[in-house]
Amino acid sequence: MADVLLETRKMNRFFGGLHAVKDVSIRVPQGAIQAVIGPNGAGKTTLFNLIAGTLTPHGGEVFFRGRRITAWKPHAIATLGIARTFQTTKLFAHMTVLENVMVGRHSRTRSGFLAGMLSLPRTWREDRETQVASRAILDELGLTALAGERASELPFGRQRLVEFARALAMEPQMLLLDEPAAGLNIYETRELATLITRIRDRGITCLVVEHDMSLVMDISDEVVVLDQGKKIAQGPPRSIQRDPEVIRIYLGDGNA
Amino acid sequence: MTTLRRHIPLAVGILTIITLHLSLSRAGATYYMTQITMSAYYALVVIGLCLLMGYAGQVSLGHAGFFAVGGYICAVLTTHNLVAYRGAPFILWCRSLGLVFERQDLYGVTILSFAPWPAFVASLTVAGLIAFLIGLPVLRLKGHYLAMATMGFGLIIYRLVLGARLFGQADGISNVPPFPLFGSLQVNGRPPFRVQNYYIAWTVVMAAMLLSVSLIHSRVGRALRSIHENEEAAHSLGIDAYRYKLATFVLSALFAAAGGALLTHYNGSIGPSEVTVMKSIRYVAIVAVGGMANLWGALAMGVVLNFLSLRGVFGTYDDVVFGAILIAMMVFAPEGLLRVPRLRALPFLARRRHG
Repeated sequence: MADVLLETRKMNRFFGGLHAVKDVSIRVPQGAIQAVIGPNGAGKTTLFNLIAGTLTPHGGEVFFRGRRITAWKPHAIATLGIARTFQTTKLFAHMTVLENVMVGRHSRTRSGFLAGMLSLPRTWREDRETQVASRAILDELGLTALAGERASELPFGRQRLVEFARALAMEPQMLLLDEPAAGLNIYETRELATLITRIRDRGITCLVVEHDMSLVMDISDEVVVLDQGKKIAQGPPRSIQRDPEVIRIYLGDGNA
Repeated sequence: MTTLRRHIPLAVGILTIITLHLSLSRAGATYYMTQITMSAYYALVVIGLCLLMGYAGQVSLGHAGFFAVGGYICAVLTTHNLVAYRGAPFILWCRSLGLVFERQDLYGVTILSFAPWPAFVASLTVAGLIAFLIGLPVLRLKGHYLAMATMGFGLIIYRLVLGARLFGQADGISNVPPFPLFGSLQVNGRPPFRVQNYYIAWTVVMAAMLLSVSLIHSRVGRALRSIHENEEAAHSLGIDAYRYKLATFVLSALFAAAGGALLTHYNGSIGPSEVTVMKSIRYVAIVAVGGMANLWGALAMGVVLNFLSLRGVFGTYDDVVFGAILIAMMVFAPEGLLRVPRLRALPFLARRRHG
């Protein structure tokens, strides 16, 4: 078995009286596409936010490359090499597509306030490199023609791609994708599947929260199923599809 | 190419400054240049505040306080007579380093005080430190708590200068000496130095603009804009929003303090009227009129409105005018006056068009 890149141990989170995530332990092996599925309110996004540091856990631990990152600040977790996209795309609306991706290079560059104000040759060179790297990513995702457009003026599907580009600009080791297919049509979803596989082939481990079953079954190496905050199943897509417990929560148990 | 384009306004600015000088001297109205020079120093406060409001997305209602910290510290250090301590080892040591200097006042009394340069450095240090200490706890919180905290700070400074003997109470501090820069250049408000000071002030302002414009187009500037647009997304890219907000706040306080210090040397005095909350609100109003995230707009408005105010155009309604401007801007053109014609002719039409 490959090395474990990310691991959660008995994660817990409450929202008032609601136990949103209950003792969830998952292991994501290096280089895999792992999906987290489950009905609405199963705690998928909460689990995600606990990993990314957006929410503080009320119990449990997170490890990344064997390092304990529980309750670290989101920016520190990002700098360590965990990128993410959001359920509703969160682009910088008034910035151009290129600028959005350039912000993604933040953790890979250094220039501070003084360097920025004085525009030193070193700063200038770094900025050029940031531009070149960002354009290369846009090129790879077929977004070059949109580089100068304002992010808010793009159609929804393109916005999602730009968010991918921005995350990839970080050169992360791991990418957390929160419902990447939400709001996309069939063709876009198919494109997305190819894209995620390509990202994985580049060596970036992907953890995907998703509703779209066909997408999950097509691309993932392993699937984790959550229901009412608890992990109820884990395994390769084929066995998950046959798991009686999973079928019960997806189709309901009144018809048995 | 893009770097060149970004500096076109700078060239336009410099041309305007020179043209203004030439036409004023031709019309024999160089006395206007005094108020333009003063407005330029006020504009320094506005530039810093524009970075804070337009790019870091935080509001300060205490920038008059930072202006005053700059001005009052320079005034006290350069006027407080240390003759009684002239034998003290510390003063002797300062003297050997050229940090203190001796002069005669109007009545022939010998005055020994700190020199303008160390006073300037001290005033910026204190202003930066205060901003850091205010921002440290407050900027961790979400929302506009900085506005509240800075307003409190402004009020404290106001009562302090009104109450403390050291700061001259209601009279303020006068007889602040000129600030020799290098060669024959000095920040000095007397008429023979009028033209020279016009250009000194504008050089300082243009340098501040150059630094600020470079900053907002740099890695840090992009990070600031991204924080302003979507903080959660900025975090997810490894940007430490708290640190950037804090640093921008300190930077804007430094700009304000520098403006206060230089204007105090130029005027030869400073008084409590510089420290009122209304002054702070005035700076906020000017940034709003200029277009929040528009440094050149803020500069233009800062100079024009302060000039009109200094000429007494608004009469006793001075504060009312700036309050009204702020309200009008928030209601009709929250993106700033200079953006209005480009976007829409009339706000109520635009609202209908956008549904």
